[in-house]
Amino acid sequence: MTTYTMPDETGRFGSFGGRFVPELLMPALLELEEAYEQAKNDPQFIEELHYYLKQYVGRETPLYFAEQLTKEVGGANIYLKREDLNHTGAHKINNTIGQALLTLRMGKKKVVAETGAGQHGVATATVCALFDLECIVFMGEEDIRRQKLNVFRMELLGAEVRSVSHGSGTLKDATNEALRYWASNVNDTHYILGSAVGPHPFPKIVRDLQSVIGKETKQQIVEQTGKLPDAIVACVGGGSNSIGMFHPFIEEEAVKLVGVEAAGAGIDTEQHAATITKGSKGILHGTLSNLLQDENGQITEAFSISAGLDYPGVGPEHSHLNETGRVHYAAITDDEALDAFQALSRIEGIIPALESAHAVAYAMKLAKEMKPDQTLVICLSGRGDKDVEQVKDRLEEK
Amino acid sequence: MGKERIEQIFQEKQSAGQKLFIPYIMAGDGGLDILEERIQFLKDSGVAAIELGIPFSDPIADGPTIQAAGQRALSNGTSLKAVLNHLQNFEAKPEVPIIFMTYLNPIYNYGLEKFAADCEKAGVDGIIIPDLPMEEEDMIAGALRAHSIAFIRLVAMTSPRERMIEIAKRSEGFLYAVSVMGTTGARQSHGKNVKAYLDTLKENSPVPVLAGFGVSSVEQANELGTHCDGVIVGSKIVDLFHQRQDAEVRKLVQGSIEVGVKG
Repeated sequence: MTTYTMPDETGRFGSFGGRFVPELLMPALLELEEAYEQAKNDPQFIEELHYYLKQYVGRETPLYFAEQLTKEVGGANIYLKREDLNHTGAHKINNTIGQALLTLRMGKKKVVAETGAGQHGVATATVCALFDLECIVFMGEEDIRRQKLNVFRMELLGAEVRSVSHGSGTLKDATNEALRYWASNVNDTHYILGSAVGPHPFPKIVRDLQSVIGKETKQQIVEQTGKLPDAIVACVGGGSNSIGMFHPFIEEEAVKLVGVEAAGAGIDTEQHAATITKGSKGILHGTLSNLLQDENGQITEAFSISAGLDYPGVGPEHSHLNETGRVHYAAITDDEALDAFQALSRIEGIIPALESAHAVAYAMKLAKEMKPDQTLVICLSGRGDKDVEQVKDRLEEK
Repeated sequence: MGKERIEQIFQEKQSAGQKLFIPYIMAGDGGLDILEERIQFLKDSGVAAIELGIPFSDPIADGPTIQAAGQRALSNGTSLKAVLNHLQNFEAKPEVPIIFMTYLNPIYNYGLEKFAADCEKAGVDGIIIPDLPMEEEDMIAGALRAHSIAFIRLVAMTSPRERMIEIAKRSEGFLYAVSVMGTTGARQSHGKNVKAYLDTLKENSPVPVLAGFGVSSVEQANELGTHCDGVIVGSKIVDLFHQRQDAEVRKLVQGSIEVGVKG
């Protein structure tokens, strides 16, 4: 077993990561890094985080043996890590609770965030309501159109949602605008970045806070089956649920780890969000990672049915784990995800988020190739209520 | 070439009692064909150097005006490669230093070594990279040095004092003092703390200090100019050229450089 200690003190995961931001933001990143390093070794912070994760978020989430799905697929025993059962309906709140506590520790009173599907925006607005922090969420206008209800949810929770119209009007553009806003208000504002992307220390902080998923899974699967799983599958947009799930298993080399990207209309078309599968190395939003870009280094638009996977970058740790081969990355099309969305709803009575449906789709293929005495865990990162209207429209189009 | 050329021209301007003025223009905004003429026009107006922006799809340090200019440049096909080729084909090398302002990704994608070499060939004297802080600059510093390209550093109002001094010490040609909290674009006024900030930089910088971001009028240029060596004006210049108000550009440059004579 090899020891895994990424990132190093400069925020590098192998050749990926780092801090590529304007000087204006550097002191805030250094302050955040220091605050985080102190907090994670402070028993009081840890106790407080656990308190809110248990009493407010509802952790631990179940690891559910999907017996019906297992029978239907035929192959490995399929388990679902039920992050959809968290308060606010997705894994995003694991991160926002922790970062809100860090905001308070740094004596800041305001929070800015970006959101794609709206899940991170809702999770941020929620903790800001809880801890009485002022909250501004930037959201692309295309995403606002796709996720109207989440906009209303954020507003109900007291957040201000600002529409971003330039670029493709999606997560990338919302992130640009959140970074610009942060630069203008850095003295009293913390940026709660929602995925394992961005400049160091964000990829590390988000991973550590999301690692609760993998830690619980590790304990639960051993309790239920007496051994570690043979494979784990999770979806990857920026990659926060997947890195949180994978991280506690990185040193367990017998466990196959698979990250599933969005292939949109297909990875051989121009319309996909398969950053690792099809992208190349570059710098976006403060980090060196894999990107979708043209031959001149201009970032191109990502496409996916799922707003949460619709991002032309990916967390630097995923790029590293791809380069070392520890994690295998695959891609699932919109249509395959839609089929899995319906299948899980019908077979198990669980409506998954479209993001998570990508993981389900791949897992159903993989499980079929595995033996009945093997186990496979799917990270069910969120619930699909937010996507029901969009899926209905899409199915009616066909 | 490069650093020496910037230093020499700046000294000439300062010896003549002028404040330094650097306009920012977006390469390809209005088409690359007008670039040579525009550079000559600015040179004749009395600028100390020209900051030439390379368009990027995701310019996080820029406000709406420069974002829009970048989009216009990209939509008429401007790329780093095209700009470098174009500069190389100028009839005569511009008599004013050319300084690239580019985000990291277009040059990373181009290849950092190749970029530095091609900058030298194209007669680019200096480079400003707004998303490359001190901690990450080793990835390009050597290549720029090898090709005599001045590596101009940016300092911000949030930088702690020791960090400001370290950045000033490293900067080549001049020090770019970001003088607002936020992105590029016109501001009504600069606060009192900006003056104290510029005074601190001026006391500690071995190279000239120029204030940039948010400067859009002769009055602001004159006011800030008493606390540093000159100003960089971006959004306002981009806007004026876009509206074909070239005469206004000239007035802004001339009004701003004369402060040294008056004061």
